[in-house]
Amino acid sequence: MLHIHCPWCGLRDESEFSYGGEAHRVRPADPDALSDEQWADYLFNRGNPKGLHHEQWCHSHGCRRWFNVERDTVNNRIVSVYR
Amino acid sequence: MQKYSIFSLARNALSHHQHWSRAWRSPAPRPQYDVIIVGGGGHGLATAYYLAKEHNLSNIAVLEKNGLGSGNTGRNTTIVRSNYLWDESALLYEQSLKLWEGLSQELNYNQMFSRRGVLNLGHNLHDMRAIHRRVNANQLNGIDAEVVDAQWIKQFVPILNTDNARYPVLGASWQPRGGVARHDAVAWGLARAADALGVDIIQNCEVTGIRRKDGQVIGVETTQGYIKSKKVAVVVAGHASMLADMAGLRLPIASHPLQALVSEPLKPILHTVVMSNAVHGYISQSDKGELVIGAGIDAYTGYSQRGSFHVIEGNIAAIVELFPLFSRVRMLRQWAGTVDICPDACPIISKTPLKGLYFNCGWGTGGFKATLGSGWTFAHTVAKDEPHPLNAPFNLERFTTGQLIDEHGAAGVAH
Repeated sequence: MLHIHCPWCGLRDESEFSYGGEAHRVRPADPDALSDEQWADYLFNRGNPKGLHHEQWCHSHGCRRWFNVERDTVNNRIVSVYR
Repeated sequence: MQKYSIFSLARNALSHHQHWSRAWRSPAPRPQYDVIIVGGGGHGLATAYYLAKEHNLSNIAVLEKNGLGSGNTGRNTTIVRSNYLWDESALLYEQSLKLWEGLSQELNYNQMFSRRGVLNLGHNLHDMRAIHRRVNANQLNGIDAEVVDAQWIKQFVPILNTDNARYPVLGASWQPRGGVARHDAVAWGLARAADALGVDIIQNCEVTGIRRKDGQVIGVETTQGYIKSKKVAVVVAGHASMLADMAGLRLPIASHPLQALVSEPLKPILHTVVMSNAVHGYISQSDKGELVIGAGIDAYTGYSQRGSFHVIEGNIAAIVELFPLFSRVRMLRQWAGTVDICPDACPIISKTPLKGLYFNCGWGTGGFKATLGSGWTFAHTVAKDEPHPLNAPFNLERFTTGQLIDEHGAAGVAH
């Protein structure tokens, strides 16, 4: 089980959190202006890196706030946590 | 290829089994191939086998970064079935199931394919409605399926707790032609047969780059040097995104850990496969006597090949509620693989924008059953440079056109 340091509540078990996928994806301001390829890339394509991954977590069973985690997807080491 | 039979077994017994020939060669890579298959798991080896057998190609290499079948092929829970909801997937998995039927004889290698049937349990009214719908769809597609009620299940699997549970069992779908096969034998049997047809199987050879020129693939960089080929077929499951990255492509794939575990060996107690999407567990008993139990994916992405304990804890809670008898069984081993999850829970067997580059990935949590159908259709796609009608819907463009095949109902959870 991962131990995740919630920026508001401190160190908690992974089972208190929900995973929110890749971080820093921004919904395009004007989807109508995008081509199908660009929209599909936003909707479906993911970096899925082997190594450092910036991802979103929500402390669902705690403060219920979202934050970002930088984690190594090979050894699950959490490098940094930031809001 | 040395034929395996009762006579060869007896003959070799007389010489203390010292003179069996190797099942496949271990050649050094040639400088050039007609087709390079990246990934020596079941799907890659099946692709090589059907390319050689059905399409008469022989200048083929399978490049595997570790040993054959050391990835998900050797880590799954070996369930084979074809009772999928949508026509596209039902036909693909049914083709695979048909290929399993004659495989032991065809390969002269015992696949230990055991048709013990598969039960998919329903625990509430909505489950049962979905099961009725799926069974009707299966029957229209010529796939054996029926709806059975709790009484039937109670008689067939007396140890299953149908009524005294938080989520009682109301019924199930039943596919008698489903079952289990031996995963290692699939990889080894296909490797041996492909090798006999001239395929070079090169282990411990990791692909580190894909060379291309003017929108055409021209070869791959590997840890054993550069190898030329105008056709590169990538079948690497959880690592699909890495290989796509080498070719400058992005895929709709997320790689997650998927855990499974086996118990200590028991006397025969469970003679069929029982799966439940709702409480989330699936279980069968191997020929060695171990209970083989599959969990769900861990929420986070990763390549660690290990998962979190609370996931198998929930999984075991479901199994123990279904089978109270197993509550004191000790678990022997636990492991995880890296599975490639697609947004619509369906695979990608497709050409790519790059000429000569083909991808077969996105099988997620349920690729084992499809090993043969996947290889068979992928071989066609690579040989003819166009998809077979069976895998045409599973193209990469569907994420742009929006023509997804939403198979979460039959595929999303249990496999």
